[in-house]
Amino acid sequence: MTALAASRGGSALAGLSTALFRRPRLTLLLLLVPPLLWLGVIYLGSLFALLAQSFFSIDEFSGVIIREFSLATYREFLGNAANWDIILRTVVMATAVTLGCTAIAFPIAYYMVRYAGMRMKGLLYLGVMLPLWSSYLVRVYSWKLILAKEGIVSWFAAQLHLTWLLEAVLELPVIGGPSLSISYLGTFIVFVYIWLPFMILPIIAALERVPASVIEASGDLGATPGQTFRNVIFPLAMPGVVAGSIFTFSLTLGDYIIPGIIGQSTPFIGQAVYSHQGVAGNIPMAAAFTLVPIVVMGVYLSVAKRLGAFDAL
Amino acid sequence: MGGNGVPAVAFEAVSRLFGEVRAVDRVSFEIADGEFFSMLGPSGSGKTTCLRLIAGFEQPSSGRVLVHGEDVSGVPPYARDVNTVFQDYALFPHMSVGENVEYGLMIRKVPRADRQRQAEEMLALVKLDGLYGRKPSQLSGGQRQRVALARALVNHPRVLLLDEPLGALDLKLRENMQHELKSIQRQVGITFVYVTHDQGEALAMSDRLAVFNHGRIEQIGTPAEVYDHPASEFVAGFVGQTNLVDGYLGQRLGGFPGRYAVRPERIRITTPDTLPEGGVAILDGVIRNTTYLGATVRVVVAVEGGEITVVEQNLQGGDGSASRASGTEVRLMVERRHVQALAESA
Repeated sequence: MTALAASRGGSALAGLSTALFRRPRLTLLLLLVPPLLWLGVIYLGSLFALLAQSFFSIDEFSGVIIREFSLATYREFLGNAANWDIILRTVVMATAVTLGCTAIAFPIAYYMVRYAGMRMKGLLYLGVMLPLWSSYLVRVYSWKLILAKEGIVSWFAAQLHLTWLLEAVLELPVIGGPSLSISYLGTFIVFVYIWLPFMILPIIAALERVPASVIEASGDLGATPGQTFRNVIFPLAMPGVVAGSIFTFSLTLGDYIIPGIIGQSTPFIGQAVYSHQGVAGNIPMAAAFTLVPIVVMGVYLSVAKRLGAFDAL
Repeated sequence: MGGNGVPAVAFEAVSRLFGEVRAVDRVSFEIADGEFFSMLGPSGSGKTTCLRLIAGFEQPSSGRVLVHGEDVSGVPPYARDVNTVFQDYALFPHMSVGENVEYGLMIRKVPRADRQRQAEEMLALVKLDGLYGRKPSQLSGGQRQRVALARALVNHPRVLLLDEPLGALDLKLRENMQHELKSIQRQVGITFVYVTHDQGEALAMSDRLAVFNHGRIEQIGTPAEVYDHPASEFVAGFVGQTNLVDGYLGQRLGGFPGRYAVRPERIRITTPDTLPEGGVAILDGVIRNTTYLGATVRVVVAVEGGEITVVEQNLQGGDGSASRASGTEVRLMVERRHVQALAESA
């Protein structure tokens, strides 16, 4: 049998193919071992090693890490009101960025799926992906120039005689500031810009699975376009929105560069982690901060599941 | 059929162009109130576009579409008193069977208890009682088909449009559904407009049918009219099987030169010495081959000037090869009234 198969294939490679064809379990094992090693050992392993560090504590005087189980770090972490500020600020920003990305991504994705011709669709895909080809830092710094006090936005506002509007926006409490580049609004704008592709692509994938006939059926049964959107299109696109929001939400939760360059220089979670493990050398505290995005995402996904976001999967 | 005589649907010289392609080309017809009307034709013949013009998914490029006497040009689908059963069912996958059926009522803000009762009644009508809480993904193709029907009928539209609704079902189920659709239509008394490429389905169910080809209607009539008196070669070939003859054979069968259609089951095979009665055309020939089809046997007979196909009832049992062996000399007889003269094809 083997000789026959090998002679047919005419090479050792064909013989190997035949051998694997007859042992599907072995083939599966060979395919799964590399990713399982990567995910199980390198990725999850390092994550748990990091989280385990949060149960160590730091000696306040010597700055030496005491490698014994203790909840001292968490006691300090949760007892500090400034830390709660950081968490609240980051979660609110991540929520706002996710909503902003959804609001902008949905119409683009819908247009690309339902209306754009092949050529237009290709161009739009390119437009969505193109920013990802250039350096993240370059893009963030260019936004600094765009949003600065003498920057492009204020120049345009002046040309359009809308300086008063820009100033009114900047005078708003909390989100305003001396200029767009030194305000939460500026941080928000740049976050939305940077993470937008990660929202558009999953929504496109979800909308492409909605048959045109289902949308027609809704109209046929008397639903106006608005009712069709609320009752059919949006619920069916929900898994895509949730997938996109996992990106935008968790990326915002962990980012430490954008709020450092654009905004009010008040710290976000990412910056807190960065400074605790770097400047302060307080790795247990940095590890404790790392737990926050994980818990927040866990809560978010379980709420989304309970609200039926994955029913259309 | 309707009380006031206003047709349920009327097309007045309707054309629908897609770029340069005339999907529907100056089509005019009327569908009576309460009628079961089929639009039959091959794919790309314009029948589905006509259905979509009635539903409002397409707008005519020229001409007028009237639903119950009202010009519906520019009226969006959600404002039309018609409902559609889609070819792929188009059920809402994130809703239960009950929610699917109630959808139109929910949109019209019918109170919850009321619409639930109506949905359950409608599910009973299509024999799906008890499946109210299921998801469409848990149903078989035939059940989904019934949900789609219930979802449309619960709104009591004045016209129900069906776009090849049985196309995805297997043969046995399709035959059952044909009977059921027909009896549901009699029960509810709604005008059914039924699109199909299956001529058997159209003949079995329709009060009248229109045969479409290249965006135009070749013939409109009752199933018997269309089958017995096809207006064109296309209709004769598309609806049922047929022998198309011209030249010498045409002269022999029709009595005059021209093109004729003869249905294979109208021809009798007899022995060469049988004498014809009046009004019967005869052809002598030799059996070339027979094909066993179960209920019938198809016999191809070589005659002077061509071949004639005859379909006989399988009355003898067996595969019919004994009495209809190849090479047997036979005489074919067909009554002249079954030889249908065809108009010159356009």
